[in-house]
Amino acid sequence: MSDRQFTVVGTRPVRHDGADKVTGRAIYGADFQAAGMLHGYILRSPHAHARILRIDTSKAVALPGVKAVATAADFPQGPDRLVDLGDGEVPLSYIRGNVLASGKALYRGHAVAAVAAVSRHVAEEAAALIEVEYEPLPCVLTALEAMQEGAPLLHEDLKTREMGKPTDRASNVADHLKFAMGDIEAGFAAADVVVEREFHTATVHQGYIEPHAATALWNNDGRVLVWCSTQGAFVVRDVTALVLDVPVSRVRVTPTEIGGGFGGKIPVYLEPVAAILSRKTGRPVKIVMSRKDVFEGTGPTPGSYMRVKLGARRDGHISAAEAYLAYEAGANPGSMVVPGAMCIFAAYHIANVAIDCYDVVVNKPSTAAYRAPGATNAAFAAETVVDEIAEKLGIDPVEFRLRNAAKEGTRRADGPKYRRIGCIEVLEAIQRHPHYSAPLEGPNRGRGVAVGFWFNIGMPSSCSLSVNADGTVNLVEGSTDIGGTRTSIAMQAAEVLGIPARDVNPTVADTDSVGYTFLTGGSRTTFATGWAAYEAAQDVMRQLKERAAKLWEVDAAAVTAEGGVFRSGDKSLSFRELAARIGETGGPVVGRGAVNPRGVGGSFSGAIADVEVDPETGKVTVLRFTAVQDVGKAIHPSYVEGQMQGGSVQGIGWALNEEYYMGPDGTMLNSSFLDYRMPTALDLPMIDTAIVEVANPGHPFGVRGVGEANIVPPPAAIANAIYRAAGVRMRRLPMNPPAIMEAIWKQRD
Amino acid sequence: MLREVTGGRSVVEASGATVREVIEDLERQWPGIRERLIEDGRLRSNLSVAVDGEISPLGLREAVAASSEVHFVAAIKGGG
Repeated sequence: MSDRQFTVVGTRPVRHDGADKVTGRAIYGADFQAAGMLHGYILRSPHAHARILRIDTSKAVALPGVKAVATAADFPQGPDRLVDLGDGEVPLSYIRGNVLASGKALYRGHAVAAVAAVSRHVAEEAAALIEVEYEPLPCVLTALEAMQEGAPLLHEDLKTREMGKPTDRASNVADHLKFAMGDIEAGFAAADVVVEREFHTATVHQGYIEPHAATALWNNDGRVLVWCSTQGAFVVRDVTALVLDVPVSRVRVTPTEIGGGFGGKIPVYLEPVAAILSRKTGRPVKIVMSRKDVFEGTGPTPGSYMRVKLGARRDGHISAAEAYLAYEAGANPGSMVVPGAMCIFAAYHIANVAIDCYDVVVNKPSTAAYRAPGATNAAFAAETVVDEIAEKLGIDPVEFRLRNAAKEGTRRADGPKYRRIGCIEVLEAIQRHPHYSAPLEGPNRGRGVAVGFWFNIGMPSSCSLSVNADGTVNLVEGSTDIGGTRTSIAMQAAEVLGIPARDVNPTVADTDSVGYTFLTGGSRTTFATGWAAYEAAQDVMRQLKERAAKLWEVDAAAVTAEGGVFRSGDKSLSFRELAARIGETGGPVVGRGAVNPRGVGGSFSGAIADVEVDPETGKVTVLRFTAVQDVGKAIHPSYVEGQMQGGSVQGIGWALNEEYYMGPDGTMLNSSFLDYRMPTALDLPMIDTAIVEVANPGHPFGVRGVGEANIVPPPAAIANAIYRAAGVRMRRLPMNPPAIMEAIWKQRD
Repeated sequence: MLREVTGGRSVVEASGATVREVIEDLERQWPGIRERLIEDGRLRSNLSVAVDGEISPLGLREAVAASSEVHFVAAIKGGG
């Protein structure tokens, strides 16, 4: 467990960006203004699947106030090629074709054309004048439909890759992979209890409050300047450069404040379109999505079909685990089914495992990451079967999980053995939490638990620190701040420098002003960019020791520093005193940190949920909810608790309400927050948190990423609670009132 | 993913001082495995390599000890 004592790390300072945010001064994507700015509007496909036969923009161009119209024909038209933006290779045509459709519209809401005009209203009016001739095609909306023989094909040129090897089979299945370990047949033969179930989960959206917004100026010097709300300024730079076929050095991206992302603000939608419109008009162009645009035109998380089979012996040990996962990728391959497969049994030490996973394209928006992408679906299936097996064996569900829990040395189905992990500690924290043993009285009430896992990733990060004469330090970093990372990064620098967190002033810089920094995602930012800040602070301390040595005319090796005080013999200077004298000892002190760290430590989380089910209406009320998570070391415990609460609430939304409610023609029928029901503070109790700290030995402060694993257990925990409250095992998300009533009626029959 | 090439074996032995050298040795033993792992001289972008349980940021250049375990796993480069 983490028992190191720190001065700054582990405290709860006020966030650096708090004042601007609570006073409304923070500049978000849609707030950005530039002289002479035009407003853009995107025309979207009314069909879920259609060939685009002709686009006539003449009437739109003729409308007064319209300055330019763009279609996919305005993009560079080179041969297709595979490109790697740090998230695996994809054909450039998929990226470009998702920004503006070319040849075919693959989902309702697919961008088809764009207008720049003097106002958004004029642009919208002009878009309505664009004549698009479509040949509607049959659509497929679920993985199972799309996998059927003879199903309409989204991409005629898409050939299934089987175990990583290309085949000649044209299909909507982009990839089939299999993970296997041990002898699955022998494992089931050794089981005393076997349970096999089918599951379905709905397409759900990240539901960030701030819609996508981007402004671009194709400057007279040939540079493309972009201001946008994104999780990764460098990713936007690289994608925009690729789509426009210009060198990355010609694109500068300035990230604005971001009003939520959760993975959904990694893909690029608007920036290249705004840039093309700017090139045509010579003026900056801003495009802001409506909520309907966000639902229909940006990437949600995949809906899925899953089958899970578990076998266990009477002694409470799982002898075999098998899964079949088919995830909807949306219009283009890349559903995150593989991470789902890697996570589905990740909490358990099982010798015999077989997992088949299929990445399937369907006529829905191209999916994007959403907080532990792929893992929440998988855990819903696995953790409800685990619960059922425990019940059949008459073993307490937490005790059953503890008997099978993954630990250091456990081999995951995808191959590697775990290093130090905190799965057992999370389960023990659940077991001893007062919530778990608290009486739950009253009819129609039940308690459920579940656990989940998500990886952390490393990847490159950069930052610099410059010392001011007043003893403060300016921190420049490249990670856009979604969840308070300015502060969690600044705190790690402050810990090394021996100064208060408030004396480090963090700035999130544009892509010209800081070294390459991978996106804010994968629970990496506090881990990796925090590490870069740690390195930069070490660099500053090395230099300041040299400066003190100069002042004292001693060897730098004779200078020590602790708690913000430099000493040599009987001489001492505080950080502030030494900073005031850097001008006389050689000038500016600037530290740099650039890392591509190893040592990532995955995070396990757990949930305890108490619910009440109304047997007349099927409404589920969450009475009490506790989130437990191994965070390695909580740099700022309040932000960690906030992440755990936020992930839990999103997971509860998956569980109870959220879904893309689709008409048979592929139209989303609930594309507003009035109809797409996300839980609010009024719907839920206070989410309790229990932080577990099993230090990650791979990080200077023991950090594990905390942003994602917390969304994984809630749907399964709530399903298990519903079972104990109402006696029905729910195997489809969301578990909304109609679904609950249907299950109750079916059971009564 | 690679068992088709290794005759169904999930664990094979190979030698080399780096991941690249290990793959070259694997290719000698199991022809065809290289193209599953390497493209244009680099580790395929949808793959990561884990040496002794640790995902390597160096890929093919990662050092390998005689007793090391090397796994080729799906790359996880994103998330929420």
